Amino acid sequence: MSDFADRLAARANQEGLVDVAYATVDTPLGTGLVASTPKGLVRLALPNEEMETVLSRLARDVSPRVLEFPARLDETRRELDEYFEGKRNRFELTLDWRLSHAGFYRRVLRATARVPFGDVITYAEAAQRAGNPRAFRAAGTALGSNPIPIVVPCHRVIRAGGEIGNYGGGPEMKRFLLELEGAV
Amino acid sequence: MAEALPPFQAFLDEHLEPVGAFLRGMVGPNDAEDCLQETFLAALRAYPRAEPRNLRAWVLTIARRKAVDHHRSRARRANPVPAPEEIIDRQGDSPGAGLADGALGMSPRHSEIWAAVAELPPGQRAAVVLRFAVDLRYRDVGAALGTSEDAARQSVHEALSKLRASAAELKEMTR
Repeated sequence: MSDFADRLAARANQEGLVDVAYATVDTPLGTGLVASTPKGLVRLALPNEEMETVLSRLARDVSPRVLEFPARLDETRRELDEYFEGKRNRFELTLDWRLSHAGFYRRVLRATARVPFGDVITYAEAAQRAGNPRAFRAAGTALGSNPIPIVVPCHRVIRAGGEIGNYGGGPEMKRFLLELEGAV
Repeated sequence: MAEALPPFQAFLDEHLEPVGAFLRGMVGPNDAEDCLQETFLAALRAYPRAEPRNLRAWVLTIARRKAVDHHRSRARRANPVPAPEEIIDRQGDSPGAGLADGALGMSPRHSEIWAAVAELPPGQRAAVVLRFAVDLRYRDVGAALGTSEDAARQSVHEALSKLRASAAELKEMTR
């Protein structure tokens, strides 16, 4: 029946009916999920998240027309594969920011998106770059709710004392990513 | 928000099999897959407006419409569908009949009985298929047909009487 589903998804996509296309993605620490809208990559779920919950929230927050359709995520998955293999240090993907709160939170994420591979900044620096140096706690919350981790590299924001700090994908994932980038 | 729609993929995974069984019963195995594509494509188009409480009845209603369209577009084509005596057997009338012939074994008898199913009025045919091929309870047959539980039971009852009559006639003929 998988053949059937492939044909259905392809036809639906042609008709512009797939508001959210998703696919699984392999990471060195387990299987994650990537989802895109016609605007761009909207969500990346790391292996520690419950996929069913991730999909239900996409249905609720973006559109219930959520369909598994890996063909629309080929480029995303290729860039992620290359990144995990150490062959890519920046992503060239179009992003759909709609799942991050507009305002300060989104400014924090956009500022973080510009921190280059191999660099790290502190939470206070992230807050400052978003225009409010004193709001470092709120910056932490914004980064903790990052809907597109890795591609928006919130793992590059660490504590002032050098500890790596919290991470939505789990501390071992954050450490793994920072080591992959040679930042720690 | 009261009840949220599940992601369409989850809806598809849950209902693909029963809707497929329904359409095989309604249009035959050769055309069921096309109707199934049309059904879920139409469901996807309308999905954001669907009522989350009874998605099975909702998608079966779409499937029934697609089956009607299909029959209209191929006006009277003698292309009978398999395994009707399951329907009759389950009522305990002709025990074991036809089981040895296999799903696609189209003995003359098979064809005749399926032709009889195909001759049923569309509503009765849908009711019989929903009850016995999709294995729904009468209440759910009614929901899918937009009628009451009693009306659904009545439809199935009348359909089975007709099928039994056809089967008896056939027995006479082939004796």
